[in-house]
Amino acid sequence: MRRKKSRGPWLERYSAVILATVLLAAWQVLVPLSGLSEFVLPTPVAIATRIVNELPLLATHAYVTLFEVVSGFAMGVLVGIPLALAIFYSRAFERAIYPILVALQTVPKVALAPLLVLYLGYGWAPKITLAFLISFFPIVISTVVGLQALDKNLVNLVRSMGASEWQTFFKVRLPAALPNIFGGFKVAVSLAVIGAVIGEYVAAERGLGYLQLQANSLFDTTLNFATVVAISGLGVMLYFVIDFVESRVTYKRDTK
Amino acid sequence: MNAIVQTGAAVDISRLSKIYKTREDEDVVALDKIDLKFEPGTFVAVVGPSGCGKSTLLSLLAGLIGASTGTIAIDGEAISKPHPKIGVVFQSDLLLYWRTVLENILLPIEIKRLDVARYRGRAEELLAQVGLEGFGNKYPSELSGGMRQRVAICRALIQEPGLLLMDEPFGALDALTREQMIMDLQSMWMRLGNTVLFITHGIDEAVFLADRVLVMSPRPGRVDLDLNIDMPRPRQWSRIHENKDYHGYVRKIRDIFEAKGILVAH
Repeated sequence: MRRKKSRGPWLERYSAVILATVLLAAWQVLVPLSGLSEFVLPTPVAIATRIVNELPLLATHAYVTLFEVVSGFAMGVLVGIPLALAIFYSRAFERAIYPILVALQTVPKVALAPLLVLYLGYGWAPKITLAFLISFFPIVISTVVGLQALDKNLVNLVRSMGASEWQTFFKVRLPAALPNIFGGFKVAVSLAVIGAVIGEYVAAERGLGYLQLQANSLFDTTLNFATVVAISGLGVMLYFVIDFVESRVTYKRDTK
Repeated sequence: MNAIVQTGAAVDISRLSKIYKTREDEDVVALDKIDLKFEPGTFVAVVGPSGCGKSTLLSLLAGLIGASTGTIAIDGEAISKPHPKIGVVFQSDLLLYWRTVLENILLPIEIKRLDVARYRGRAEELLAQVGLEGFGNKYPSELSGGMRQRVAICRALIQEPGLLLMDEPFGALDALTREQMIMDLQSMWMRLGNTVLFITHGIDEAVFLADRVLVMSPRPGRVDLDLNIDMPRPRQWSRIHENKDYHGYVRKIRDIFEAKGILVAH
């Protein structure tokens, strides 16, 4: 009985890994069969081998991009959270700032990259700025939504105990909003990676985006793919760092 | 185990009115010049339809809203903001899901900046009294609806409220759980002795639990009937229907609602 039952969950648990393996295997087999040159489309094994061989090179450039992403994201948090608090606590401020925020959000941040390079030069400044601009919006919105979603009765409850607004914020409002805020952080950090890499595409001397352009101009498709994997890996790693911090500071409703 | 005994507070409500403004700037009189006196340790129930001002009365006593006219005094002390002698139990348990049961009960102690460690034992005693011994380290999501409301009651009681306000506390519970909670509330109150203001839609639970039932009706919110319930305690919920007095009290309350058109006989 037990054995039969455990088959279902086993398949469920590893289904993603199995599918990914199948797809990669298909890729590996189909490239030579289709007659495509490895020069045009390298196989997963070739890419993996290249990553291992070029690890020092990839790491050097990844550090640069990581620094830009983390700085831009940190700025997004430092500006986004206070802005969200101001929007939450002041109706007048909300009315004033929301149209501007939405208007800014409709501008594709990517389109600002050349201008930022023009103003801020070739160094890390335009990349951090772009990562910041692209990541702060989801932080603001998720924080405001999280704070506004609170059950009004909870506020009445703590007020009936004589709580000040300061206490209401730290005992109820903030903890209740944390799942939303962390949701925003996760979206923001993924976007910050995009922002930094786009910045590097426009003008840079270092970073994964720069390395990818180099690979491109040398027709080194394998290194190009290796860089794509490194950029994705960076995003995934940062996502899980935030997920880990979240699991430390919040209690999930549905964990047993 | 030391029995916890709390002291009931005297409540004096005088010429109390609350007038709300609608969007169209019209006045809505939620409460109209109410005069009430509660002796210390009395269990007072308020019944009435939605909009009769009973929730407004509770919010005023809790200090959550200000009165338009009139005064409220607890043990002779006029109140205009939340008072430390008052504890509130709401319709939903309003437990914070990220805190354990014990941390939830100790929330008012934290907010009042009292010594949390000193109240921990008392919180555990209260939990034991409501039949939840050993549940202190569980999270609210691990408890049933009835258990959660018991924790909410403990959270109000740890403040040693002279006046315990209960706003339809069993309204969200299933019928069987509600019956048990009504019985348990009676025995708990008989041990503790707080003054209680219990707001409900249920005529049966009002008459069963209270020393005194206030019947209210809307537009404007007024007390139509102030009924003393004279039945010996402890009362048995399962046998209350055999009690002639009980039926007499229920009849009187129903008569008011029928006269006002709130209940229509067919």
